[in-house]
Amino acid sequence: MIPAKFDYERPSSLSEAISLLSSGGPDARPIAGGHSLLPLMRLRLSRPTLLVDIGGLSDLRYVREDGDHLAIGALATHDDLARSAELLDRCALIPCVAEQIGDPQVRHRGTIGGSVAHADPASDLPAALMVLDAEIIAHGSNGPRTVLATDFFQGPFMSALEPDEILTEIRVPARDGWGSSYQKFQRRAQDWAIVGVTALIESGDGITGAAIGLTNMGGTPLRATAVEQALVGSSDPDGVAAAAAKVAEIGTPPADENASSEYRLHLAEVLIKRAVAEALS
Amino acid sequence: MATAEKFVGGGVPRKEDPKLVTGQATFVESITLPDMLHVAVARSPFGSAQINNVDLSAARTAPGVVATFSGEDLADEWAAGLPMAWPVTEDIRIPDHWPVTKDVARYVGDAVAVVVATSPSAAKDAVELIEVDYEVQTAVVDIPSALADDAPRVHESMESNECYTWTHANGDIDAAFAKADIVITENYVQPRLIPSAMEPRAVVVQPVPAAGDFTVWSTTQIPHVAKVLFSLTLGIPEAQMRVIAPDVGGGFGSKLNVYAEEVLCIALARRLGKPMKWVADRSEGYLATIHGRDQLQEIELAATSDGTILGYRVKLLANMGAYLQLVAPGVPLLGGFLYCGTYGGEAYHFECTGVFTNTTPVDAYRGAGRPEATYAIERAIEALALEVGVDAVEIRKRNFLPAGENVPSPAGLAFDSTNYEENLDKALEVLDYEATKAEQADRLSQGSTKLLGIGFSTYVEMCGLAPSQVLASLNYGAGGWDAATVRMLPTGQAEVVTGSSPHGQGHVTSWSQIAADALGIDYQDVTVLHGDTHVAPHGMNTYGSRSLSVAGVAVNQACNRVVDKAKTLAAHVLEVSPDDLEFEDGKFSVKGVPDRVQSIQEMAYAAWTAHNLPEGTEPGLEAHCVFDPPNFTFPFGSHVCVVEVDTETGAVELLRYVAVDDCGTIINPVIVEGQVHGGIVQGVAAALFEEATYAEDGTLETSSMINYLVPSAAEFPSFELDRTVTPSTSNPMGVKGIGEAGTIGSTPAVINAIVNALGHLGITDIAMPAKPERVWQAIQDANGDAS
Ligand SMILES: Cc1cc2nc3c(=O)[nH]c(=O)nc-3n(C[C@H](O)[C@H](O)[C@H](O)COP(=O)(O)OP(=O)(O)OC[C@H]3O[C@@H](n4cnc5c(N)ncnc54)[C@H](O)[C@@H]3O)c2cc1C
Repeated sequence: MIPAKFDYERPSSLSEAISLLSSGGPDARPIAGGHSLLPLMRLRLSRPTLLVDIGGLSDLRYVREDGDHLAIGALATHDDLARSAELLDRCALIPCVAEQIGDPQVRHRGTIGGSVAHADPASDLPAALMVLDAEIIAHGSNGPRTVLATDFFQGPFMSALEPDEILTEIRVPARDGWGSSYQKFQRRAQDWAIVGVTALIESGDGITGAAIGLTNMGGTPLRATAVEQALVGSSDPDGVAAAAAKVAEIGTPPADENASSEYRLHLAEVLIKRAVAEALS
Repeated sequence: MATAEKFVGGGVPRKEDPKLVTGQATFVESITLPDMLHVAVARSPFGSAQINNVDLSAARTAPGVVATFSGEDLADEWAAGLPMAWPVTEDIRIPDHWPVTKDVARYVGDAVAVVVATSPSAAKDAVELIEVDYEVQTAVVDIPSALADDAPRVHESMESNECYTWTHANGDIDAAFAKADIVITENYVQPRLIPSAMEPRAVVVQPVPAAGDFTVWSTTQIPHVAKVLFSLTLGIPEAQMRVIAPDVGGGFGSKLNVYAEEVLCIALARRLGKPMKWVADRSEGYLATIHGRDQLQEIELAATSDGTILGYRVKLLANMGAYLQLVAPGVPLLGGFLYCGTYGGEAYHFECTGVFTNTTPVDAYRGAGRPEATYAIERAIEALALEVGVDAVEIRKRNFLPAGENVPSPAGLAFDSTNYEENLDKALEVLDYEATKAEQADRLSQGSTKLLGIGFSTYVEMCGLAPSQVLASLNYGAGGWDAATVRMLPTGQAEVVTGSSPHGQGHVTSWSQIAADALGIDYQDVTVLHGDTHVAPHGMNTYGSRSLSVAGVAVNQACNRVVDKAKTLAAHVLEVSPDDLEFEDGKFSVKGVPDRVQSIQEMAYAAWTAHNLPEGTEPGLEAHCVFDPPNFTFPFGSHVCVVEVDTETGAVELLRYVAVDDCGTIINPVIVEGQVHGGIVQGVAAALFEEATYAEDGTLETSSMINYLVPSAAEFPSFELDRTVTPSTSNPMGVKGIGEAGTIGSTPAVINAIVNALGHLGITDIAMPAKPERVWQAIQDANGDAS
C-alpha cells in the first residue's frame, strides 16, 4: 500500500492551482478529499507524477442560494451537503443522496467536486446531478466554462474536464415542492451501490413531473427517460409499476460479482417503484 | 480454591485496553532498529508457471537497493523447507515448500524473488523492476478440476493432486444404513474464506552477528512453536533464537503458522548482518497469508421413520491450496469427529481427501474444521426434519445426547459435559419462539414481500487442544500441554508467566483474575508476562480455543502451589503446623485464633529476604506448572437467527440473533461476550458476505476489501446473549473454550433461517454466501417451477 513516487504542491489560489496543473504535464492531478484517488494510488493503479492539493482553497467550500438556483462549491464535503439547510429546504434530493455515501469518515473527507470529477458510474451524486439538470462549472488556463451534467459524464472514469481544469462549482435549480428519494441497493452499509435509483417527483392530481436517475446501470450515470415519460400522468401503483418496467429500454446494464445484467435490471425496476412511492409520500 | 472468588466471574475491565485505545501498544510494524533494512517480495502473478529466468539487474541498481535474491540465490539458506507439522497419514504427499520458489510458481502470490532496500518504498519500487520470464501453464483452482482425470498437476512429481485420504469410523455404519427407514443425502459447499485480522502480518529480525544470535519480532500466535521451527528451517541452534510476539492485532488462525517471510527475514539478516523488516499490506496479505475452509461435503444420515438418527456417513474433499502450511492436513480432522453434532446414533463414518490446487494455501481459520462440520450436520438435521415432517426444534430434541458427564458421542469421543435440551429451551424462551412463528405466519398469509425465517443451530465443538496422547494418535507433531510460572515479588505483587500468546483475547485480564483469586491479592497487583521466549520459555501458545482451558488452568495450579509454599512459611512464622492454618483473602490465619495472621505478601517478603525460612526451604516464592489436559473441552450452545427476506430483491436482513452459549465456568463475562459477538459476526460473514473467488487462471478476484466483503457492525442487530453453565470435567476449573464457538455455531443458523423463510416455495437450500442475487434467483426458479 505504498504509492509510486510523486511530487506534491498545495497552492493557495485557484489560478496557482491551474498553472501548476498546466505546467505539471499530463500526469499532474488535482486532489481534494483523496478518498477516490489515494486508494487507487496505494494500489498503484493510478500513478500521478504531481499532486496539486486543492484542499487549501477554502473559498471553494460552500452551499448558497442564488435566486432560483443553489450553488455548491467543489470542496463542499458530502457531510456538508447532507446537513445544508439551504439544500434540505430547496433541493432535498442532494442531502438525501449525500447522507447515503460511504460512512461518516468518507462523508467528512470526500467532496462533491471529487465525486463528480472522478466520474465513477457507481458513485451516488452524479445521477442526482443528472436528474437535477445541474450545471458544472470548471476553470482552466482558458478561463471558466459551464458544462451540463448530461454532457459531463462521458464513460467510466471519463468526464468532459480537461487535464488542467478544476471543477469549481455545481449549480442546481431549486426544486421547491418536489418529492425526492434515493434508493441505494448494497450488500454492506458502507458499500457503493449495486444499483441506485434517484427519483424527483412533482405531483398534484397524479404525477405531473418525474426525473429518474440510475446509478451503476451503465458506463455513466443515466436518466431513465422512458420511465419518466410513462410516470407523468400515472396516479396509482399499477401505473407506476408499468412505468418502472420501461427501465428495460436503457439496454443491457453491466454484470459483475454482485449482480448479473438481468438482476440489475430487475433491481432497478423494483427500486424505481420504491423511490417513486417514497418521493410521493 | 481456598479463597473466595472475588474477581473470577466478574466483568472487570480489560487491562489491555488503555494502551490499545491510546495508541501506546507496540505492534511489530512500530518497531524500528538502527541500520534496519526493508524487505519486499516479488510474487507470481500467475497461478501456474514455469520460471525460466529471474532478471534482477535493474532492481539491483535501483535507488536504495542493497541486495536482491532469486529463489535459487537463497537455496543454501534453508536446512529444511517451510514446516508442516501434521502428516495425518503414513502415505500423505508432502511437497517441497521453499520460502522463495526456484523453478515453478504454483499460485498467484508464490514468492519468486526478494529485494532488500533502505526504505519500504525503495524496496517496493524495485520489485516492479524485476523481470521474470514465466512460461504460463494451465492452473487448477478448484477441487473438481484438480481431481479430473487429465488435470494438470500442481506438483509435477506427484501422480495426482490428491494429498491424503484419512478415515475415521465408529460402530457398524453399514448396519445402521441397512436398517434405516430414511436416508438423507445432502451436499454442501464451504466457500473459501480469507482471515482478515485487523493487523496485517509483519516481521522484524535483529541479528547479533558476533554472537550468532537472532531476535525475531513477529505477528504470530505461536512464538514458542515458531522458535523451534525457525531453528529447524534455518539450521540455527534453538538456544540462539529469541522470538517475541509483541502486541498482535488478531489472528483467527492466520498467524498460527510459519511463513516464508519470517524465515526469509531471518535468512537475510544472517546473510547481510543487518536487521530486516517486512510488513504486508492488505492485498499482499490476502495473497500470501493462509485462507480458510474451501471444502466440498457430502453428508448422509440414516434415520428411523420418526427421525431418530442411527448413523452418519460423511465424505469430504478439502482444498489444501498449492502447498501444505503448518497444520493444514489436520484441519478437516478437527471437524471429522463432529459431523454428529449434539446428536446420538450407533455408527459414524468419516472420510476426507485433501486436494492440491493452484491457490493460496488453506489452513486453520477460526473454528478450523468445526464450523464446516457444524454447518453440515445443522443443515442436514433440518433436511431430516422436513422429511419426517416435524419442527426444527422437535427433530433436535428427539436426537440430543442426554445431559451428563463424559457422554459418549457416535464418533467415539467422550463429551466432557452435556446439557443440550435445557440450553435450547433457554434460547427458545429468550426468542419467544411461538410469537415469532405467529408473526412469520401472519406475514406469509398477508402476502408480504418481507418474509420472516427462523433458523437454529445447536452446536457442540471440540477445543482446548489437547491431550498430548490424543495428538500423538492423530500424528500431530507436538504436545497439547501448556505452562505457567507464578512468582510473588518482594513488594507483594505477583508475576504470572504464561505460555499462551494472546493476540486480542484478553489473557492479561483473565489470568490476572484467576491469579488474584487464587493468591488472594488484588487483580491490579498481578502482572502477566507472555509472548517472549526469553521471558516465558515454555508454551504451546494460542489457537483452538485452548488458552483458558489449558494455559489458564496451569496458572491456577501454579498459584495453588505458591499458596502451598507460602503456607509452610506462614506456619513457620506462626509456629504452628500448616494443617492448623486457613487461607482466605490472601491471609493465613490459625484456625480458631483469627488474630494470628500472616499475609501472602508478608510471606513473599520473607521468602525474598530468606532470613527466617523453615529448615531445608529454598528462598523465593515461585512455582511452575505444566498442564496437559485429560480430554478436550466441548462447549455447546443454541443459536437462533431471525431473518427478513425481501422477496423482491433477495436481500436478507438479520432482525434478531439469540445465542445461548455454554462454556462452563466463566472467568470474565464481558470477555466471553466479546468473543461471542466477534464469533457470530465471523460466522454470519460466511453465510451472507465473505467468499474468496479465483478466476480460472488462478487470479484471486477478491484481492482487497473492496470486493472481499468483511461486514461491519452496521450489518448486525444487537445480539441477545444468555448462557447456561455446565462445568467441564476436563480440568479442575470447569472451564471450556469460547474463542471459536460463535463462529462455529452461527453460520448454519443464518442459512437455516433463509431456507425456513422460503420453505413454502419448496426451497431447501441456498449456497453460501447467500448474496441477494442468489436468494432472488432461487425464488425465481421456485416460482418458475410452481407455474
Ligand atoms: C471506504 C470508501 C467508501 C466510499 N463509498 C462511497 C459511496 O458509497 N458512494 C460514493 O459515491 N462514493 C463513495 N466513496 C468515494 C467518495 O465519495 C469520494 O470522496 C469521492 O468519490 C471523491 O471525492 P474526493 O474529494 O475524495 O476526490 P479525490 O479522491 O481527491 O479525487 C478524485 C478524482 O477527482 C479529481 N478531482 C478532485 N477534485 C477535483 C476538482 N475540484 N476538479 C477537478 N478534478 C478533481 C482528482 O484528480 C481525482 O482524479 C467512498 C470512498 C471510500 C474510501
